[in-house]
Amino acid sequence: MDRLRTRLTITCGFLLFVLACFFSLSGDWSGLFSRESASRMLELVTSFFPLELSATFLRKAAYATLETLAISWIGTLLAVIAGLFFALPAAHMWGAFLQGMARIVLNVLRAVPELVWAALFVIAAGLGPFPGTLALAVHTTGVLGRLFAEALENAPREPYLALRRHGVGPIAAFSYGLLPHITPQLASYTLYRWENNIRAAAVLGVAGAGGLGQMLYYHMGLFHFHETGTILLAMLLLVGLVDTCSNWLRMRAIR
Amino acid sequence: MLLAKPQPWHDPAWPGRVTSTVIFLLLLLPAGYITEFNPAVFFDATSLRASKQFLATFFPPAHSLEFLQLLVQSAWKTVAIATVGMVLALGMALPCSLVANRALSLSRLGRHRMGLLPAIVRAGIRWILSILRSIPELVWALLFVRAVGLGDTAGVMAIALTYGGMVGKVFLEIYEAQDTRAAEALLVNGAGRLQAFCYGTLPSCLPELLSYTVYRWECAIRSSVILGFVGAGGLGQQMELSMRMLNGGEVLSFLLVFILLVWIADRISKGLRTWID
Repeated sequence: MDRLRTRLTITCGFLLFVLACFFSLSGDWSGLFSRESASRMLELVTSFFPLELSATFLRKAAYATLETLAISWIGTLLAVIAGLFFALPAAHMWGAFLQGMARIVLNVLRAVPELVWAALFVIAAGLGPFPGTLALAVHTTGVLGRLFAEALENAPREPYLALRRHGVGPIAAFSYGLLPHITPQLASYTLYRWENNIRAAAVLGVAGAGGLGQMLYYHMGLFHFHETGTILLAMLLLVGLVDTCSNWLRMRAIR
Repeated sequence: MLLAKPQPWHDPAWPGRVTSTVIFLLLLLPAGYITEFNPAVFFDATSLRASKQFLATFFPPAHSLEFLQLLVQSAWKTVAIATVGMVLALGMALPCSLVANRALSLSRLGRHRMGLLPAIVRAGIRWILSILRSIPELVWALLFVRAVGLGDTAGVMAIALTYGGMVGKVFLEIYEAQDTRAAEALLVNGAGRLQAFCYGTLPSCLPELLSYTVYRWECAIRSSVILGFVGAGGLGQQMELSMRMLNGGEVLSFLLVFILLVWIADRISKGLRTWID
């Protein structure tokens, strides 16, 4: 009976909340599903064709694709290094105080989205792919740091402690006693974030941080629809390619 | 002669390690070049001055009464965009995942192979869902800002489409990971597909479906802030305006509210999920 009541309360509260959300938005919901807006959407999609396929544009798009790939890759790599660096204190390796500090840092890094980091870095370092790379790296450090710390906490400590007791230095003991346990997990988290980051890198350009996103924003702003279509296609291909690569690498890493 | 041979000092796995390190370094250099990797740009005089000026405006965070009103209003708007987007996403994902569910195939009953037309329809829906979710929500938002103009509707549609694709796919995976025999038994005995689904599949997977939905709602709040950056309404749009005017105090307030919002959503979502399980 009591359970039924809580269930009813939560369901009703939830419905009221959803209704309030619908009413507080200014949008005209009847217009959204009307024939007119559907035809406008269709018009937008058809205006992408024929795609812009001139050699100069394709070369530019290919370079931007490469740039996006490089941004996601370097960003993830930096995040792995920094994440591991913060994960060690966050996993209670060096006492409670450092653990608390490291957790706060990781939480803040993670809480601010990539795009906001990118906008901030663009102000500090100017336009270009470098601030985008750093933005990805900073946000991903927060995410990976927490995941790595959890992996470290769940790994068995005995081999590490045994090595330490036999006089092995802390770094060597960590690399041979603890790291091998968690490498498959680290690799799989890293690949998962790489898949995420390629999507993020593709859109970071909107904040002026290079890559396909910047091109997309530029051409869309000037109503160059054929170019926009090509860039969207390049994005789809890139994301598909990275997903395939990452799946393959994950199979290898976990085996 | 049971003495083991003295172990060689070198690493037995070295060929693989050396090769992967070399490949890794070969890839690293051009990637570093392409991303114009150069931390020194932060420390040259002009950018130091720019960041110093901008950072100096961060404190104190803006807190005038009108601004706080704006803050609360846009935070609520962000939540509303995420929620409505999520409801529309469910409205798309549920029917799609029902139609594409292989376990509910009538033509497959008793012969272990689906008819050609049902197979094509199911594959087609899966394909559409996959395209919907491969395009990042920010790009959808850009497209919708072009199609329906600046404002909340673009954000709602972007979330609805991307999340519809994701939720549809995950729902399908959840249905098909269940034991399908109950639904099949119902179908064989003449139940309709909807009946077979409601009484054969749904009872065992409802908690999982609900908890995934709640988790996605939390993600939708995060991304609706980001969507604001391209003009799709809510907290992000205001933050972008303040950032453009280099008004650090307002940016800081927006960031704090955003972090608070995400934290609250995280708490609610965790609470609901433990309650569901």
